[in-house]
Amino acid sequence: MTEAALSPLDRPNSYIGRALPRPNLRRLLEGRGCYVSDLALPRMLHVAFLRSPHAHARIVAIDHTAARGMPGVVAVFTGPDLAAVCAPWIGVLTHLKGLKSAPQYPLAVDCARWQGEAVAAVAARSRAEAEDAAEQIQVDYVPLPPVTEPETALDPATPVIHPALRDNLAFTRALEAGDTAAAFAGADAVVQATFRFGRHTGVTLESRSIVADWNRGAQRLSVHQGHQAPHMMRHVFATTLGLEEAQVRVVCEDVGGSFGLKVHAYPDEMATVAIAKLLGRPIKFVADRLESFATDIHARDHRINARIGLMRDGRITALEIDDLTGIGPFSVYPRTSAVEANQVLNLVGGAYRLENYKAQTRVVFQTKTPMCQYRGVGHPIATSVTEGLIDLAAARIGMEPAELRRRNLVPDDAYPCESVTGLKFEKLSHHAALDKLLRMMDYDALRREQAALRSRGIHRGIGIASFIEITNPGPAFYGVGGGRISSQDGAAVRLEASGAVICQISVTEQGQGTEAVIAQVVATAFGVPVEQVRVQLGDTDATPFGGGTWASRGAGIGGEAAWRAGCALRDNVLAVAASILQTSPAALDIVGGLIVDAETGRECMPISELARIAYFRPDTLPAGVQSELIATRHFVPRAYPFAFTNGAQANWLEIDLETGFVRLLRHWCVEDCGRIINPLLVDEQIRGGVVQGLGAALFEHCRYDEQGQLQNANLADYLVPMAAEMPDIIVGHIETPTAESALGAKGAGEAGTAGAAAAVANAVNDALSPFGAVITEIPITPEAVLRALQDAQHQNRAGPASS
Amino acid sequence: MTLAVPIALTVNGERVEETVQPGLHLADFLRERLGLVGTHIGCEHGVCGACTVRLDGAIVRGCLVLAVQADGRQVETIEGISDAGTIAELQAAFHAHNALQCGFCTPAMLLTADALLRQGGVPSREAIRRHISGNYCRCTGYHAIVDAIESVARARGGDAS
Repeated sequence: MTEAALSPLDRPNSYIGRALPRPNLRRLLEGRGCYVSDLALPRMLHVAFLRSPHAHARIVAIDHTAARGMPGVVAVFTGPDLAAVCAPWIGVLTHLKGLKSAPQYPLAVDCARWQGEAVAAVAARSRAEAEDAAEQIQVDYVPLPPVTEPETALDPATPVIHPALRDNLAFTRALEAGDTAAAFAGADAVVQATFRFGRHTGVTLESRSIVADWNRGAQRLSVHQGHQAPHMMRHVFATTLGLEEAQVRVVCEDVGGSFGLKVHAYPDEMATVAIAKLLGRPIKFVADRLESFATDIHARDHRINARIGLMRDGRITALEIDDLTGIGPFSVYPRTSAVEANQVLNLVGGAYRLENYKAQTRVVFQTKTPMCQYRGVGHPIATSVTEGLIDLAAARIGMEPAELRRRNLVPDDAYPCESVTGLKFEKLSHHAALDKLLRMMDYDALRREQAALRSRGIHRGIGIASFIEITNPGPAFYGVGGGRISSQDGAAVRLEASGAVICQISVTEQGQGTEAVIAQVVATAFGVPVEQVRVQLGDTDATPFGGGTWASRGAGIGGEAAWRAGCALRDNVLAVAASILQTSPAALDIVGGLIVDAETGRECMPISELARIAYFRPDTLPAGVQSELIATRHFVPRAYPFAFTNGAQANWLEIDLETGFVRLLRHWCVEDCGRIINPLLVDEQIRGGVVQGLGAALFEHCRYDEQGQLQNANLADYLVPMAAEMPDIIVGHIETPTAESALGAKGAGEAGTAGAAAAVANAVNDALSPFGAVITEIPITPEAVLRALQDAQHQNRAGPASS
Repeated sequence: MTLAVPIALTVNGERVEETVQPGLHLADFLRERLGLVGTHIGCEHGVCGACTVRLDGAIVRGCLVLAVQADGRQVETIEGISDAGTIAELQAAFHAHNALQCGFCTPAMLLTADALLRQGGVPSREAIRRHISGNYCRCTGYHAIVDAIESVARARGGDAS
């Protein structure tokens, strides 16, 4: 069989590229999903946590006598109780040189380091009883000074959160390529700005949920968890509890949203598992919404001083950033909290030809909720800084922002190439994407409309953002740093006696449509109707070993493993068919569930007949023929550490100068995720990602006071985008398949989030440009708009600012 | 300890008699007592809409209604409504438009959308967006949900159901 015959595009009845509705979705539409929060096991107890009301406090004593006597209570635990059975973990990876963190326990021991950190746990018959009892626990705290502001976290006067670490600096990195000082000195214009990003969080609609069951008789731990990486968690549970990995099973069925939030090891979930081990019965923990805000990872708390140098013709000559970010009191295990800052350094300017780049970051500890990877990891920050600078620079030299981008984006014929920071680009399509974006939005007409409306006192803005996105990560993310997080995924495809096809795969489903994509790939590779394929995922006892679904890797890596396994099974089946039909495998093919003559398409036998013979009448097969109706294949990209994707977004909005309210009118996104397996799913991935970026741009913000108290930890005060505030989102595609895989698919999960906030910020500044007002912080609240207008008014009165 | 209260109500057409704590909200009652876990809980403070059910035919938030308040009344959940087939068209449209990802908001979103469609007419996209704004979806970006609802309204030619 030749490689060409295996091309996804050439296969008869190919499902690749078809807008197929997700199979198996009716169950969710009829309320028949199986989320962890729905699960009830025999003898199950519920756990509730008592959490620190202080951002920073020494725990002197805990008295839980009263709590133990409350109705329904089975046991109460404090930090030392669980520390005795659960080893601490430290969130560091060796390739992030110098990254340090402190040992972390399921419950705080001796000291609480953020408001919301669990200090005691109650196991009871019902959640309500557990909560009532938790209220009766008396904790004697000695409040310590909170460490809230990253700007002062390293001052000698600021308390050190972990004395053993000697200071509050978790990680720092600096890099320089080229000669930035000389480039800035020689630039015709230099534009400087400080960008501030509001800390926000993922807000999965189903909060973090876990049911753990230690079966003493079987000596096995079963954990049902709303999570993205079951094999990673199996290792984490085994090592912290002193079990063999083979003793642990992690099952991730329906997950009510994840967005990177559910890819970490959380102390309260570790506590739940430790309590299950101690009590020998199932324990359930479902975070309530208030707990979610205080304990789900936060992200994006960055301040960045940045400047750009360019020539009058628009050529960018230098870029420099200085990043400061606060990550809470611990680097989160096992992926660490240095990755976001590291990504920012790597990604700034990544879409552009750039020879001189200087960057540094300082990642500091603080007594706030821990920060870690959330959808887009670093991309929205890098894109906002880069694209914000580009628009400011365009205004400074009097050039159309779209034109300034055209003059600097890496040319579409320049590939393969490397960025100034060493990122390897196989093939991107920045110019094609930008051109398509401008056509889709009818850019020139929109500019005319904007001008006409402006003369009538209606202030609308257009913002553009080009971006790159890291997808399909190999071991460079975690494995090289010692993280036991698989970058390889595996698929096992087998033919059942009925003719049905089962694919067990190590990538997971959290709503993206992984199951659908894998079914399409297997059906195409093997040659059966997609309805004949059943996909099983999210169970460490059932699937091959692998990474799971995160960092936009499900389709690109999992899909390729499934493709290869499907092709291998076809080869196996055709070998058996050839022996039955007295011909050569190359003379046969499988199409629509039938074994056919490869040349004429004439039906030879249904695969169900072949399966019948293979399973029930193997005695009729020629001597020496042993059928192998299962095939397993793995895939990990090797030629490139990551498969970069690219795209461009635009936003069109209106600002009410009286109230400062921003109304989003429309959003466009053109992205290039390589081969699209299912456009229906990709479009909605992009849109969902865009909306999370729009939320960050205008609404979402974890607001703390100076005592480190989270002020808006509920869904009424923390603003999640609602349908009425969101615009229609028009999605377009360029398809540049990666040559690393037969499928050529790259990831699409984070592109929307990467560029949306940048496009909005640029549109706001575009709308405000007649007033000379500039905003370089998100979320862009009405207050921020009014403040910027006021500042601009004062400046204008004082005379034009010097450049 | 507060005394439990006996209640009798109809859930998805079936007579139910239970004894409940006065503080138990309807969503917890449906999920924990009756195993109707298709009604989801997202915030328990009346914002996200994931716990939407029908009470005497009107949509309510299951977390803001106490189980005792449902005494003597008719409750319908996604399970019963799906079995009855009355929102099959809307469910099919959500499926075809990929108007759900993780599916956690979906049962409630369907009931909310159905309440709009029952008013008849072909609502504008803005009107659809306003109507479903009490139901948070964190996955889809809402666009496909609006498409799905709009498509059903158009297919019905504006007839109220």
